[in-house]
Amino acid sequence: MSRLRIALQTTAIRLSALYLGLFAICAIILVIYVTALFTSISNHQTRLLVEEELEVLGSFYRRGGVTMLIGHVDRRSREPGASLYTIAGRDGKIIGGNVQSLEAGVLDTEGWTERPFRYRRFYQPEGTPGHMALAEVIYLPNGMRLLVGRDLGEPTKFRSLVRDSLTMALGIMVLGALLIWFVVGRRALQRIDRMSVATQKIMAGDLGQRLPMGGSHDEFDRLSESLNVMLDRIQKLDEGLRQVSDNIAHDLKTPLTRLRNKAESALGDRENVDTYRDAMEEIIDESDQLIRTFNALLMISRVEAGSAAAEMSAVDLSQIAGDAEELYEPVAEEAGVTLSTRIDQDVVINGSRELIGQAISNLLDNAIKYACDGNANPAVAIVLERNSNETVLSVSDNGPGIPHAKTGEVVKRFYRLDESRTKPGTGLGLSLVKAIMGMHGGRLELAGNTERELSGLSARMVFVNT
Amino acid sequence: MTYFSTPDLPTLPDMKILVIEDDLDAASYLVKAFNEAGIVTDHASDGEIGYHLATENTYDVMVIDRLLPKRDGLSIVSALREKSIDTPVLILSALGQVDDRVTGLRAGGDDYLPKPYAFSELLARVEVLGRRKGTRDNDTVYRVADLELDRLAHEVHRAGQRITLQPREFRLLEYLMKHAGQVVTRTMLLENVWDYHFDPQTNVIDVHISRLRSKIEKGFDQALLRTVRGAGYILKADG
Repeated sequence: MSRLRIALQTTAIRLSALYLGLFAICAIILVIYVTALFTSISNHQTRLLVEEELEVLGSFYRRGGVTMLIGHVDRRSREPGASLYTIAGRDGKIIGGNVQSLEAGVLDTEGWTERPFRYRRFYQPEGTPGHMALAEVIYLPNGMRLLVGRDLGEPTKFRSLVRDSLTMALGIMVLGALLIWFVVGRRALQRIDRMSVATQKIMAGDLGQRLPMGGSHDEFDRLSESLNVMLDRIQKLDEGLRQVSDNIAHDLKTPLTRLRNKAESALGDRENVDTYRDAMEEIIDESDQLIRTFNALLMISRVEAGSAAAEMSAVDLSQIAGDAEELYEPVAEEAGVTLSTRIDQDVVINGSRELIGQAISNLLDNAIKYACDGNANPAVAIVLERNSNETVLSVSDNGPGIPHAKTGEVVKRFYRLDESRTKPGTGLGLSLVKAIMGMHGGRLELAGNTERELSGLSARMVFVNT
Repeated sequence: MTYFSTPDLPTLPDMKILVIEDDLDAASYLVKAFNEAGIVTDHASDGEIGYHLATENTYDVMVIDRLLPKRDGLSIVSALREKSIDTPVLILSALGQVDDRVTGLRAGGDDYLPKPYAFSELLARVEVLGRRKGTRDNDTVYRVADLELDRLAHEVHRAGQRITLQPREFRLLEYLMKHAGQVVTRTMLLENVWDYHFDPQTNVIDVHISRLRSKIEKGFDQALLRTVRGAGYILKADG
């Protein structure tokens, strides 16, 4: 029962019930109208026929008087498929024709009988009901009465045929609608049930669950599809969050443990003030690194939240690239890295100088670090190019590069190619660059060994021209 | 001997500051640390008391947390500025949103430090702010020992010998000489010389400093530019 109630609450079913009702009303009106129209047309036809006959009989009466009329009526009465003929006396008693009896009073009014009356013919079996007819009554000058009429059997039969078939058609349609309604409603209900089951599983924590698809690409499938895409995104975010917190726990535990060990071992060495000082200084360095990591994490979430977007203005990307080169040139030189640039001039974009500066700085940190990896002639290049659709600021190195499969991984927070984590760094640099590019409506591309500037990694900050 | 009074750090017996910070642990640590660095420190634990102290007394610098009970940090700064109290203010912020710096400075703050910060960073900034009174902005020539920097002519001489510097090196030295005798941190240098507020992962500033150092010290007996471990750099004549 409750399923029926749910079915009645389904929008599609409500609509179809409404349409069915409207259609039934229209169909009934149509049946009534058609039969009424048919009746009036057939009555009219009957009257025309009767009048035609009266005209003929009239001409006989004018030629040969009552005798000729009666003779003619008698002859016509016996013809097959004859009309109704009655000749009655002044008192209304039937004296000729093919009618045995008439409904009372039919002969009492001269003219067209407006409504059908009942009569019996001769030789009609006893017990059967009389037929219906329409007729015209005429009073002859001698007071006798003449009735000429036509049986309504045929038109009535035809009319009821039309009515019956229309009614039957209507009935079939209602039945069909009910059937479709039932099937569709049931199907809709079943699908909704399946969807609720899936949602309940998801709510219970099974984020891998997806809404079922029927494969028919109907509105349910489209809804399921969008919801599934949303669920994918939520799952990805959830996994990301989990991974980040795992990584934070891991990446902060390591330096904190180191910190603690240093403090402990310094405490153990009771003699020497200088040892204390050295230990303290190391601890401060370690803490600074921790603070740096926290700052980078906060920075990434701020940039991802988009709160820095208000800071955007027209900035000279060429200038920023040039400044970056100038800032990093001594570092590169000290590391023995050749730093080269190819910068298109006067490239202005809408952005944040501070964040773009930080992004390039992160890329340069990485590039210089990895270019030195077992490389005889380490080199790093900063290239700024403005194309018709995009502006690309890339930092390339000739280091070992990143395996293609890992390019998606390295932008994740705390992911480091160098598993042993011996190189300095927070593992957050590329995550921040990616977040910054996202804020600028651009993207970070990491290309492996290609024909680009240098054979190692090429990190491309791609800005879409507006 | 305490950690903060390392021989390299200058002591400033004449400085008095106000710290408005509602986190009592952090505040008591700050007061202790500032005192050990030779800075007389008053503390207020909420916005109302802080504003009261700030208007009643004279301080060299105020360190104001942005989020405070009763009255928020920025409104204190704006109110002080309206009363023409132009004591240098350093705003501490846990929010630290990228545009926070801008709003903080717009409200009348002179410097801005997001949490978490290193105390050495805060100390260096407070000292620079405290010394801003009687600033050397108007001097056209800075002198430290036998090192001379002519801001108009863009020339640097040491013991009469001309030293050629790149434009950025000149600005670096100019900033260091302007704050001679004070510790300046790497982030302060990046902010004031390069106008960036982020923290580069590698030692970019150190390399610039060592390059500058070799230019101004090579061939001379006296070392002027020294590294303060865990803090930054100091340019001074003696020692």
